[in-house]
Amino acid sequence: MADLLTTSPAPSSSIALSSVDVESFKQRHREVFQPPLLKRYGLLITFILCVVYSLYCWWFFAIGKTLEQANWHIAGSYLADWVSYEARPDVEFEGGYFEITYPRFSPLGDNPKPEWIKTRVSTVTIKDEQSKTATSVAEPQAGISFMAPKKPAQKPTTEPVLNFMAPASSATQDSGSDNSAETIRPPVARQEEKITEVVLTVGDATIKVEGDRVEVAYQGDSLVANIQREQAVIPATSLPAWAVQKRPGEKIKMSFGWAGRAEIQNDEVKINKRFFGWENFWFDTNSKLWPLSGGDRIAAIFGGERLEPTRSNLSLAWEDFLYNPSWQHYDVWLKLLQTIVMAFVGTLFATFVAFPLAFFAARNITPNRFLNHTLKRLFDYFRSVDMLIWALFFTRGFGPGPLAGISAIFLTDTGTLGKLYSEALENIDDRQREGVKSVGANTTLIQRYGVVPQVLPVFLSQSLYFWESNTRSATIIGAVGAGGIGLKLWEAMRTNQDWENVAVNPGDKMTTEMVG
Amino acid sequence: MVVASSEMATVEAHFRELRSRKRLYTWGSVFGLAVALIASLWFANETNSGKFIDRLPHIFDFFGDMVPRDWVEPFRALLDLPSPYDDGSLKFNYPDGRVYFTESIYVPEYFYKMLETLNIAILATLIGFTFGIALCFLAAKNVTTSRWLRFCVRRFMEFLRAFPEIVIAGFFLAIFSLGPIAAIIAVSIHTIGALGKMYFEVVENADMKPDEGLRASGANWFERVRFGIVPQVMPNFISYGLLRFEINVRASTIIGAVGGGGIGEVLRLSISRGHEAKTIAIIALLFCTIVTVDQFSAWLRAKLVGQQAFDFGRG
Repeated sequence: MADLLTTSPAPSSSIALSSVDVESFKQRHREVFQPPLLKRYGLLITFILCVVYSLYCWWFFAIGKTLEQANWHIAGSYLADWVSYEARPDVEFEGGYFEITYPRFSPLGDNPKPEWIKTRVSTVTIKDEQSKTATSVAEPQAGISFMAPKKPAQKPTTEPVLNFMAPASSATQDSGSDNSAETIRPPVARQEEKITEVVLTVGDATIKVEGDRVEVAYQGDSLVANIQREQAVIPATSLPAWAVQKRPGEKIKMSFGWAGRAEIQNDEVKINKRFFGWENFWFDTNSKLWPLSGGDRIAAIFGGERLEPTRSNLSLAWEDFLYNPSWQHYDVWLKLLQTIVMAFVGTLFATFVAFPLAFFAARNITPNRFLNHTLKRLFDYFRSVDMLIWALFFTRGFGPGPLAGISAIFLTDTGTLGKLYSEALENIDDRQREGVKSVGANTTLIQRYGVVPQVLPVFLSQSLYFWESNTRSATIIGAVGAGGIGLKLWEAMRTNQDWENVAVNPGDKMTTEMVG
Repeated sequence: MVVASSEMATVEAHFRELRSRKRLYTWGSVFGLAVALIASLWFANETNSGKFIDRLPHIFDFFGDMVPRDWVEPFRALLDLPSPYDDGSLKFNYPDGRVYFTESIYVPEYFYKMLETLNIAILATLIGFTFGIALCFLAAKNVTTSRWLRFCVRRFMEFLRAFPEIVIAGFFLAIFSLGPIAAIIAVSIHTIGALGKMYFEVVENADMKPDEGLRASGANWFERVRFGIVPQVMPNFISYGLLRFEINVRASTIIGAVGGGGIGEVLRLSISRGHEAKTIAIIALLFCTIVTVDQFSAWLRAKLVGQQAFDFGRG
């Protein structure tokens, strides 16, 4: 700055200072031209300290390493689960034909026939269930009986004979009773209608499963994989960008973007297809109302024929909705109400207790140093023992539930509100009290008319603020067992962590958001 | 006089009517509050796993669980000194938790964990402070003229505040697996939203005369903010930041207890496993730390902004 004054060429219109003037000017305003070192570089030093501290934290928490090991795909699927759900059919290779299975509690119900899975059914020759394993046994070894090895060549047929159950019966075959007809399954080749070709549509991708081949077409590329059943998956073409096979022969993973993903394994093709919306929000698949859709459902609820003879459809619908096992609406509402109640009662009680105590803690209202000090330290104590510890303490005492939460919030807030109230009381205007005192009011009336009107708005706004803030805290302490939505939310999220495929129950989150 | 007294009577009647209406409202709201309170208490008692009256004798069970073998044990646990009762179980394995710096110098486990929790809180406050400052000027009416930008920034900060920390923590715990990073992110996100809101309110209350002077001398937006607004609001910013730091220490402890690392995690583990001496040591350490942090922050705030520091509640 000093340089600026002397060296910068002064415009003709401005005042030009002589060097003597400049010197005296500098002398008079030393603090401006030569500020202390700390003041001059204070900002820079603070900045550098912050950067150094951040670097230290980077090392301390091993942030780089953690970021590297993060499972970012979970984030995607978690976020997607907020507004969508997945159906997960498996196409299992059964040796010549396919079986389409769904996991338990599939959102599509027990025996779905969705439109996006097209199947061709044809008559296939299947061997007996027991002979399934025998197909891999070579011809010359036909006629093995595991349990009765002594009589291996009883039946010199080319059909394989397996007999696990009745070792004797193969020897006593000649007796030819009716029972033996059941126990010795003749190695028949049954003719049955089975699925021989499956075509699935997952978004833009088409997956065709036929014979030992899986053909996938997506984004103009196609992938053909040959399956050696229960042994290997061998891609016949080069893998497109959307497919990954870690080692030759292992499963091939394919991703079709938002629409879903698929996995070709050596005994099945697993498909995850994503749908927009919340699955079975109203009724679970077990409900009698589930199969109905849209208008039919509403019509059925309000005056259709009774689905259950003992009660009306409306009460059935209400019950099925509340106790919907995948969404657990009733439980969520109950827990949510608990959280709100915890915050409400806890803050209200804290206000009731802190209000009178604050008058005794305030120096100017109760001129008793010992009492002031004791109460203030008590407030500090309640505040400093963390809400977490109070929550753990009362959870042990009352058992898990809202009572523990109420007590924890009550004690912590008695401390905080007591402190804030007493500070507000110490800042009041004394003239009103004097006025009330001068007309002969007693101590109680002085407080009532001289003090309370001044501080009441402050008290109320602080209490209301804490009510809001405690609703949030109640959610958190709930997670350690002090009642409310916290634990439920936490469990929902934690179980999904281990089980990445399970959808997060978005209802929990939405409802908590509304509280927060 | 007759006329006047009838008018007086009208005024009187009106006053009485107003007074009785006010009383009705007062008692009505007291009654409503009482009903809500009783209903709430009944509900809480009904849905609790133990009933209030039944459990009242057990209220100090927590302390019953916390009686150590002898009263030197908590100190041994705190300082990671070997215990005479060491039987190889987790209960008395105090020296196992030592964090060695060199061959012989170590930090006791719980001090290290406390440091971790404090670091979570400091880092989160620092992040919140930085981004809060960056955002608050864009949300303040007197600094940012674009109504659209202000609206967006304010809604964004509300969005950050809206999620309970536990939801954010749960989400990031899934991504990063258990550990303090999720806690840092969760606390930071909340801090950005909370501090940003307080800061833009402070900026809106700033004196605009310095700004006017800078504007008259042709300063650009950045210079106006830097030299006109920041010097005025900085003490308040730091004061609120410290207040937030106090809250964040507590928040990171609690998030630690649900998987976010730090002292909260060891506290929960030691309570659930019934390790009395360890529990006492941790609670004592936590208590002392919180008291120290609060006192330090109160002292610093009083130095920075004087009595004004105590006029506000927690953020």
